[in-house]
Amino acid sequence: MHPVSLRKIAKVYHLDAVTVPALAEVSLDIRPGVFTVLSGPSGSGKTTLLNLIGCIDRPDEGEVIVADQAVQSMSDDALSDFRARHIGFVFQTFNLLPVLTAFENIEYPLVLAKMPAAARKKRVLELLDAVGLAERGDSRPGQLSGGQRQRVAIARALATAPKLVLADEPTANLDSQTGAAIIALMRKLQREHDASFVFSSHDPQVRAEADDVIFIRDGRIAGVEQRTAATQERAAS
Amino acid sequence: MNTWLLALRNLLRNRRRSLATLLAMVVGLTAILLFGGYRSNILYGMETGFVQQSGHLQVQRRGYFLDGSDNPSAYGMPRYREIIDAIQRDPVLAPMAVVVTPTLQLGGIAGNYSAGASRSVVASGLVANERNHMLQWNDYDMISYAQPLALEGAAEDAVVVGTGVARKLQLCAALEVANCRQTPAADAPVEAAATGSPAPDDVLALSALEKAQQPRGAYNRIEMLAATASGAPNVASLTVVKASNFGIKAIDDIYLAMHLAQAQKLIYGAGRPEATAVIMQLRHTAQMPEARARLTALLASDFAGEPLEVLDFQTLNPMYRQTDEFMASMFGFIALLIGVIVLFTIGNTMGTAVMERTVEIGTLRAMGVRRGGIRRLFMCEALLLGAIGSVVGLTVALMVSWFINHSGWAWTPPGYSYAYLILVRVWQDVPLLVGSVLGMIAVTVASAWWPASRAAKLQIVDALRHA
Repeated sequence: MHPVSLRKIAKVYHLDAVTVPALAEVSLDIRPGVFTVLSGPSGSGKTTLLNLIGCIDRPDEGEVIVADQAVQSMSDDALSDFRARHIGFVFQTFNLLPVLTAFENIEYPLVLAKMPAAARKKRVLELLDAVGLAERGDSRPGQLSGGQRQRVAIARALATAPKLVLADEPTANLDSQTGAAIIALMRKLQREHDASFVFSSHDPQVRAEADDVIFIRDGRIAGVEQRTAATQERAAS
Repeated sequence: MNTWLLALRNLLRNRRRSLATLLAMVVGLTAILLFGGYRSNILYGMETGFVQQSGHLQVQRRGYFLDGSDNPSAYGMPRYREIIDAIQRDPVLAPMAVVVTPTLQLGGIAGNYSAGASRSVVASGLVANERNHMLQWNDYDMISYAQPLALEGAAEDAVVVGTGVARKLQLCAALEVANCRQTPAADAPVEAAATGSPAPDDVLALSALEKAQQPRGAYNRIEMLAATASGAPNVASLTVVKASNFGIKAIDDIYLAMHLAQAQKLIYGAGRPEATAVIMQLRHTAQMPEARARLTALLASDFAGEPLEVLDFQTLNPMYRQTDEFMASMFGFIALLIGVIVLFTIGNTMGTAVMERTVEIGTLRAMGVRRGGIRRLFMCEALLLGAIGSVVGLTVALMVSWFINHSGWAWTPPGYSYAYLILVRVWQDVPLLVGSVLGMIAVTVASAWWPASRAAKLQIVDALRHA
């Protein structure tokens, strides 16, 4: 079972009188439990594809199947509930709620999932520990560094233990050292949680860590590279 | 993390903006409550005054109020005593009634012929102790300016006049009326009177008969000329025991109160005494609809042949309804104006908050918050603003009203003859309090609805892209 399957996806943006094709004839399967990177130049359609996979946008044509469910026929409310249960998001600018502490930010998806308070607390403390911020639970985002904020965002994305985590350029706003640490952390957590991580990135560091790399150019799949351990080592070096 | 706590923190995020919005609400609510409290004080004061003077309900002969107020002989009620007895026996009306008393209203000319002064007056024949009991009605704990009539226990020919009447009749010195300039002619005999119109010969003759019986030097005696039931003139010699300020100058200038028996003797002579109205004062104004319905039914069953009608104090005193409507229109206008200001202030605050937090809205939606959840979040923020604004506004209004009520400020309303304290009834007026607070919260909710809906309808990807 593939966590994500796309069949003949097309997406067009209408900017005033101009029609801009963003994706065309895109079909692909994301393998379960792997680290997948959508790679391509700016404007190639990576973010659009990630949005469709994340069920926060709908295609003009084609079929999107996530966790074995065709999502384009779902109502907006059903899709919201579906995202809350099955998908975690990590954003380029972290997008933490500034009025909540790190603890509360991680807790928020669990509140949406209606998890009991005691179980929530246990889960959040585990995640804070997992991302190395056990001592910063009471800090507001404004009191954290960029790397720490992204760690909180990763913990928040993993809070409900989703099988699919999406990240749009997660290292773009971080320095290379912090970015590398974040990628390593995500890689580690991906393995521990056996989740499928899908990134959009043109950061070579991120690509080097990937199990699968999907190359996108001009809104089409230009190639798919599925790596073995050996090829991964070569890519990393 | 519940929605209310999140909403509160979002409000605290931009303290200055939230404070400015709250300030607009507080000022608006305070203004509404103070004006409403002032209006309440005026209306309750008027109601108290009218109920003290004319009761809640009156039984009159049909048409008397509109056409017959100067014609007691044509609109008298010979069975008034039976009507009073029927009310006092009725198991529904009796417990509601504080006072049931007859009155006879008549017009005439009062003259102080020794001073060569006369003027037309409107006189009330009344039962003094019952009318004084009516003056004690004060269901709203108002400051009452009513003074008991000095007729209680006084001689049969005793009368009380308005201070204006006392002035016109040159009785200032005898009645110790303040701020009243008495002309020297007041001491002159009627024959030598240089001022005032000469009285008709027949009146002078009647007056002379009465005058012969009065002790010399009793300068508080007057004569009153009225038409009897048969149309003939009749004169009563009366003793003015007091000049009272009845509050309204127009009344002060014409009013004269006398014992009912004296008034009946003046109009009906030795004939069957009648009354022009039976006054019924209730314990509470809220009982009026029930009492009126019961009284109407009682009259229809027990006095079927009599052309009677029941009138309430609002009909009997059109000024009350007119003032109520005038004040209501002013209150409505002010409330509308303030409501619109608050509406746009909160709408602007919420609109700005939605714009500033667009990315946050997109993030929440991506995480699985439904459109309804986003709408609820912003509505909670507006409701919190409304609740805090209402509590603070209410507190400020109560503090300002306390200050006003203890300031001793006074004013003389148009047409009145003495100054009233400026008071505002905010705390005592529960409908005003509840209505204003609920109104403010309703305006808050209405003003937040559109920005909240706009936030809920944002496309997630557009919201996340928002810079």
